[in-house]
Amino acid sequence: MATESKTITINMGPQHPATHGVLRVVLELEGETVVKARPVVGYLHTGIERTMESKLYHKALPCTDRMDYLAPMSNNLGYCLAVEKLMGIEVPEKVKWARVCLAELTRINSHLVWLGTHALDLGAMSMLLYTFRERELVLDIYEACGGQRMMSSYIRIGGLAHELPDDFDTRVRELITTVRERMLDYEDLLTNNQIFINRTKDVAVISAEDAINFSLTGPMLRGCGINYDVRKAQPYSGYENFDFEVALGKKGDAYDRYLLRLKEMRESLKICQQAIDGMPEGPFRAHVPGVVLPPKEDVLTKMESLIFHFKIITDGFKTPFGAVYQAIESPKGEIGFYISSDGSNKPHRVRVRPPAFINLACLPKLVEGSLLSDVICAIGTIDIVLGEVDR
Amino acid sequence: MNEVARAFINVLFKMPKGLYVTFKHIFKKPMTLDYPHEKRTMPPRYRGRHYLERYDDSTERCVCCGLCAAACPADAIYMEPTETEKGERQAKVYEINLIRCIFCGFCEEACPEEAIFLGHEYEFSSDDRDSFIYVKEQLLVPQTRTDNPFKRIFRRTRRAHLTAGSGK
Repeated sequence: MATESKTITINMGPQHPATHGVLRVVLELEGETVVKARPVVGYLHTGIERTMESKLYHKALPCTDRMDYLAPMSNNLGYCLAVEKLMGIEVPEKVKWARVCLAELTRINSHLVWLGTHALDLGAMSMLLYTFRERELVLDIYEACGGQRMMSSYIRIGGLAHELPDDFDTRVRELITTVRERMLDYEDLLTNNQIFINRTKDVAVISAEDAINFSLTGPMLRGCGINYDVRKAQPYSGYENFDFEVALGKKGDAYDRYLLRLKEMRESLKICQQAIDGMPEGPFRAHVPGVVLPPKEDVLTKMESLIFHFKIITDGFKTPFGAVYQAIESPKGEIGFYISSDGSNKPHRVRVRPPAFINLACLPKLVEGSLLSDVICAIGTIDIVLGEVDR
Repeated sequence: MNEVARAFINVLFKMPKGLYVTFKHIFKKPMTLDYPHEKRTMPPRYRGRHYLERYDDSTERCVCCGLCAAACPADAIYMEPTETEKGERQAKVYEINLIRCIFCGFCEEACPEEAIFLGHEYEFSSDDRDSFIYVKEQLLVPQTRTDNPFKRIFRRTRRAHLTAGSGK
């Protein structure tokens, strides 16, 4: 009897530790080679977009935290900028700088988790322990600002929830020096680690053309050498005032993206430094009566502030007809909020352009023809968060 | 061949550097806490379980205006008003469903009487779902002001509010 090649279909996930959540990948294998891969999403569907339609604009904000829970501030920022664009609110300079600083801290946070889990998937366990130790510093800052480690909801429509904490400066400065120093350790551990190189070099390669066709964004796109960063292309929240480089890769393989993300973290530290050094004085919330909540001390002492306070919280604010799209560069790529308004106090439709979901679509392209063990590397290198993929 | 040579150099000279990183951590103090025995101090703005504050003469601050319930994105707060003998408005029923609650702190921000606060307690797990609906008696801070943690909570929100708009 002649040997015939037979394919075998296996399910990877939804309960697989290396799929970073509840992603299921249906793999068709021939021996150990992947012939076909199909990501199946939806196991973490929470209906966030639909929930946001039934909430007032400012009450929909906590929903955005829960999409990409490793980068809550980026999501807050995207949503708030979209609503501010819709309402035509101009926020004070200080808020812009503080938001940039927080968004970059978020990038560091997200990349640290990515680095730890990606290395863990490939067998370097101590990486996870080190990166989570540094992530704690970022989470401490979140906690000091907004009161919670992950779902901070600190960035609000028209400004920030509270004044920045008194020790914000010192904490961020401390973080910058610590992370910069510890990143040398990461490089020592991984950059020239032959096992890591063998697992990532020329693995999960995507060409520049394919990357554009899949509409990839973020490190996945820049890893192929395409210079597209929303922070440079369509500066928002005052990013044009900051001096930073866009990190670029060359070949578009997993190792390139690893180097790129490390470089991005360095650039983020640089931006944080600039934001802290140049933080202007000013109020932490825009003064827009009837739209942005007045400061609490005014509410307790002034009658008209109290009236606005009651009105905004119970009724929200009326928005003009129309639709806006605001994209920002989240750690995973371009996160965009499309808000269509029917003139009422609730959004008619909020559509999120999730970077992780769109980047995940190229998974078959990355893994088809490669080995089963490279699927782990490919999923890791895309940097998905299932909360955002399924929303 | 070049690749092989580089790999050889990496394994011989560069990888021990990585091993040294892990080795030097043996002598460092661990970052972790021995949790149930040691507890971390929460930052002043931490959002834990709710408290209902009293005035100094131990009357309730809450006037049952319903603004916290209106502000709640998760619809976790339920209340019914009543009147005291003096004719003051007060909550007859005040319930917070802590399973629904997402601890966003919007109720605290909304409260015009500074009556509701999010404290620093986070250990209230239970295996009975009904026990998560906290009623008014559980939420109100105790009358005696000796041993309760809310004095600190009150101060921290005061501070957070008083620094509002005062610049950096």
